[in-house]
Amino acid sequence: MGVVAPNAVGLADFEAALKEGKSGIQFIEELKNLKFSCQVGGIPPVTLEQKQQYFSELELKRLKANGVLYGCIAGMDAWKDAGLPFSDRKTDEADWDSGCIMGAGLASARAIRYAMYMIDELNTRRLGSTITQQTMSSGVSAYLGGMLGLGNQVTTNASACSTGTEAIIMGAERIRLGKAKRMLCGACDSTGAYVWAGFDAMRVMNRRSNDAPEKASRPMSETASGFVPGGGAGALLLEDLESALERNAPIYAEVLGGFTNSGGQRKSGTMTAPNTSGIERCIIGALHDAGIEASEVDAISGHLTSTMFDPGEVASWSKALQRRGSDFPYINALKSMIGHCLSAAGAIEAVAAVLQLKGNFLHPSLNCGDLHPEIAEIIDSQKIPQTFQKAELNIFAKSSFGFGDVNSCVIFRKY
Amino acid sequence: MTQEQITEKLQTIIAPYVEDKSALEGINGETNLLNDLDINSANLVDIIIDVEDAFDIEIDDDSAEKMLTVKDAVEVVMAKTA
Repeated sequence: MGVVAPNAVGLADFEAALKEGKSGIQFIEELKNLKFSCQVGGIPPVTLEQKQQYFSELELKRLKANGVLYGCIAGMDAWKDAGLPFSDRKTDEADWDSGCIMGAGLASARAIRYAMYMIDELNTRRLGSTITQQTMSSGVSAYLGGMLGLGNQVTTNASACSTGTEAIIMGAERIRLGKAKRMLCGACDSTGAYVWAGFDAMRVMNRRSNDAPEKASRPMSETASGFVPGGGAGALLLEDLESALERNAPIYAEVLGGFTNSGGQRKSGTMTAPNTSGIERCIIGALHDAGIEASEVDAISGHLTSTMFDPGEVASWSKALQRRGSDFPYINALKSMIGHCLSAAGAIEAVAAVLQLKGNFLHPSLNCGDLHPEIAEIIDSQKIPQTFQKAELNIFAKSSFGFGDVNSCVIFRKY
Repeated sequence: MTQEQITEKLQTIIAPYVEDKSALEGINGETNLLNDLDINSANLVDIIIDVEDAFDIEIDDDSAEKMLTVKDAVEVVMAKTA
């Protein structure tokens, strides 16, 4: 696995950050200068030295798409972590058995902005050769495909904030179908004003905590008043079990199954709000696909964005699993530490879920001491870890929901 | 700027685009950018931009197309800076 998150870059640092409940949310001067209502966010602390490990000086000079940068770092790390070889571009054959589904929302906001200004200033001929590859939707998978020599399907999915989780499900399905031995799956999203402005304009970002950034993202809290924007990337190398065993690969967990659907923007569902029936069907569909009972779920990594919909999500989980009170699984929200990383959210949160599963712990869900009363009515507050907790876990469910009323839910089991 | 100075400056600009650095050792006027230095053809437009910036000149597409070898490039730059 590989991860580039607002609170840590790289798997080891990320796991440490999860355990200590480290917030990656900061005050961002640029947002203040641009008169945003919400002036806090999560930007991955990627250093120049780290960038130079993954890209040549020449590539870095041209690379303006920070989502592509995050995605490539996470993807390369996941590949390396899985013990796979880096081949030579000139002399080696493509790896026909390996592909990638690396999703993206807006991986290249800054590259697009740069290009638009150049064009309007009549400088199209001086745009350089890499603007198209940086700004095309599939930019991140195209870059990764070349870096790793992938010869199977190389594509980018997009389903807003459901993207990362959906990519994992799509990759697992391709392996199940026997069309690939391994798929590098995950998602990225860029950071900064040009990605986040639309949400600020919708007044769905938290504007009340500019003076207390680390308190701003408050999933499940009564005082949650909008999400905090973030970005980054997460990547998981999924592999056919036989192939993984054959090459003695380190195995973190098993993808048991998953499901994706849409609420059709009917009933409670709209472009921006989910149809709760859709969410419930998605969760039930994932359990069915994984071949497990609702009672077997030990923990949930919710979508839980720190908005008024958090209680509705918990209610949907309770209804779908038919579990409540102290019988409800553990549930935590990584967005309390890193904000809402948009398209990358599901991928980063899936990496976190797998680390917790393998490491037998639950990361704290920050800032929900004042638990929302509607949530307290449904589940026992003990089920929401507010500090680091050791826990024997066997099954972790991860859900993501996105604009367009789209849902995804993936089920991981300890290997 | 002398022909030697231009050649030297051009080599510095081209160098980062060459993956196999050993190819740079025998570089001379006849060295072909694409065939001998194995530069990705898409990168030629980036080299043109770098050359424009370095010499403060504008290289039109017709001139750029003529820049196949190091000698061609030097000639284009000399003509534009003259």
